[in-house]
Amino acid sequence: MNLQFTEEQEMMRKMVQEFAQTEIAPFVEHMEQGEFPRPILNKMAELGLMGITVPEEYGGAGMDFISYIIAIHEISKVSATVGVILSVHTSVGTNPILYFGTEEQKKKYVPKLASGEYLGAFCLTEPGAGSDAKSLKTKAVRQGDYYILNGSKIFITNGGEADTYIVFARTDPNEKGSRGISAFIVEKGTPGFIIGKDEKKMGLHGSRTVQIMFEDAKVPAENLLGEEGQGFKIAMANLDSGRIGIAAQSLGIAEAALEHATAYAKERIQFGKPIAEQQGVAFKLADMATAVEAAKLLVYHAAFLRAQGLRCGKEAAMAKLFASRTAMENAIEAVQIFGGNGYTKDYPVERLFRDAKICEIYEGTSEIQRLVISKYLYQ
Amino acid sequence: MNFQLSEEHEMIRKMVREFAEKEVAPTAAERDEEERFDRGIFNKMAELGLTGIPWPEEYGGIGSDYLAYVIAVEELSKVCASTGVTLSAHISLASWPIYKFGTEEQKQKYLRALATGEKLGAYGLSEPGAGSDVASMKTRAVRDGDYYVLNGSKVWITNGGEAEIYVVFAITDPEKRHKGISAFIVEKGTPGFSIGKKEKKLGIRSSPTTELIFEDCRIPKENLLGQEGEGFKIAMMTLDGGRNGIAAQAVGIAQGALDAAIEYAKQRVQFGKPIAEQQGVAFKLADMATAIEAARLLTYQAAWLETNGLPYGKASAMAKLFAGDTAMKVTVDAVQIFGGNGYTKDYPVERFMRDAKITQIYEGTQEIQRLVISRMLTR
Repeated sequence: MNLQFTEEQEMMRKMVQEFAQTEIAPFVEHMEQGEFPRPILNKMAELGLMGITVPEEYGGAGMDFISYIIAIHEISKVSATVGVILSVHTSVGTNPILYFGTEEQKKKYVPKLASGEYLGAFCLTEPGAGSDAKSLKTKAVRQGDYYILNGSKIFITNGGEADTYIVFARTDPNEKGSRGISAFIVEKGTPGFIIGKDEKKMGLHGSRTVQIMFEDAKVPAENLLGEEGQGFKIAMANLDSGRIGIAAQSLGIAEAALEHATAYAKERIQFGKPIAEQQGVAFKLADMATAVEAAKLLVYHAAFLRAQGLRCGKEAAMAKLFASRTAMENAIEAVQIFGGNGYTKDYPVERLFRDAKICEIYEGTSEIQRLVISKYLYQ
Repeated sequence: MNFQLSEEHEMIRKMVREFAEKEVAPTAAERDEEERFDRGIFNKMAELGLTGIPWPEEYGGIGSDYLAYVIAVEELSKVCASTGVTLSAHISLASWPIYKFGTEEQKQKYLRALATGEKLGAYGLSEPGAGSDVASMKTRAVRDGDYYVLNGSKVWITNGGEAEIYVVFAITDPEKRHKGISAFIVEKGTPGFSIGKKEKKLGIRSSPTTELIFEDCRIPKENLLGQEGEGFKIAMMTLDGGRNGIAAQAVGIAQGALDAAIEYAKQRVQFGKPIAEQQGVAFKLADMATAIEAARLLTYQAAWLETNGLPYGKASAMAKLFAGDTAMKVTVDAVQIFGGNGYTKDYPVERFMRDAKITQIYEGTQEIQRLVISRMLTR
């Protein structure tokens, strides 16, 4: 056992921390006003952050999964919006092509995604298919050299901004379950591929979440990812790393809430001394810090297993479940410690409060994580 | 970064698990009912080298480390928390301060006897009026030639009466408040040293808890541990490490309860299927398992830090706080999953639930842990 970061990982942490402070922090207000952080993503691309785990032969930085998690964690301490953009781009926008693509698909798309020239997105969820993903209805029918897609997808992070979309659709209408589903790489601009309304969200302002409609969208047959019927497997394959990514985002939010609250409590004087020295607040901070430490260990433990290529389904679900709960609880307590100030936009904690909630919902709700964990317990 | 345990640690876990199942578990309920301490179990632990896990071979130990020690306490506590705390008090509270602050002679004379398990150790700090507020203790030690003369009484002494070697704290200079406290090694049988009443307890009933009474008890001056006035520091540093042991005990109790609850939930059929497959129970089990995983990582992290000579005070306070709360919550839920059966002595979970409560109280209450953590956060 050795719980210290390697030198390379420590360098990544310092680099991202500095980048987040100097480049992302000043842009947060723009994102709060709804601006997509394109200038930030361009700078991240220059630093190699858009393809951290992608092998060098495909234009990535060739670093390990832990380094990637460090980046999400540190970025999310400053901006959960940028954190989720990176997580979606990497875990579910790029990795499925890297793992399931043909050599041609990989050569065509991965270097562009890894270099940040392209942004990636992932289209699985539909109005009637949330946690129950295999009930999706979007259809893909083979016609000569094309698949014709019809249907609609919702809650698509990076939608409208992304250049490539991993889309799941049913190729076998007779197969009701997961086996009739296939995956496709769909490029922005494909005829019949329509970006629908932007969701107005509680948090993650500046990240785009859109509906996508397919109206006889013509996708070239060579853009089928994997084989017909492999779609559900592809969707599930990257779930573990996606969950660890969101767990790291949650950890960043939870830690930011703790740090802001601690700094405020040391300054804020009531009844003649800093509220940090009064047990009602001090003990809250202790509980928040303890939960952050526990979440951190769960996140990096899962990331370590994933980096080693070991099974991490249970650990990823635990990390996601626990870290997202911690993000929410810490954000609520941080607003409480700030009192009336915390309820205003003059301080960052109301943003953390809004951003935290989504972590308990996307990439598998907390209820789905519990379902996953309980199944592992019975094995 | 590497979360995997070494082969040595895995071997120790396997050995202790087998020992616990074969030698400790069969009598755990009966010893609890009869409030009976079994020296035979301690003697068998001595044969396996468990009584001196972290100490160098030159002092009679097996030359392993604190991580191996917490693994041993965890495995014992999975079947019997009383046996877990016997070992924890013996190593963390009695042996550790002698290893850390003892002269070479004291180590050869006392640490060796403790490490080999020839003798059992205990620790006398708390007094009726000095619990969390250690500095307000009243027991006096007055120098008289080659002796110190002790007067006063101590409470809540784990292994009290059964132990042969006691590390006892007393005031040598009342003017200096906490800097006037000193530590002594006191042997059973010293004239003027007697064992007071044995407590009747809610849980950990096969671990004896007694008063110690000192009436003009003469201790040879060479049994002063560390320097005069160093006692408070020795006591606090001892508790920092002791907390790892209690955190490990709490993790063990929680895991024992979870294992029992999973087994029961898989077999118990209601409404036509096992309750394990009904979400009300399944999700509870998932939350229990997640909390235990986090508690275990916090505990191992603290032990790993101590093993590597890194600061571990905050980490061990967090481990103890989180693991203690987890043990309490998980055991309450385990009884709930067992329903009426869980409330009876036919099943082990009612014992686990009673045993869990003490982990929130001793070696620093949860409130003291929060105080320790918050001071480190805000300094």
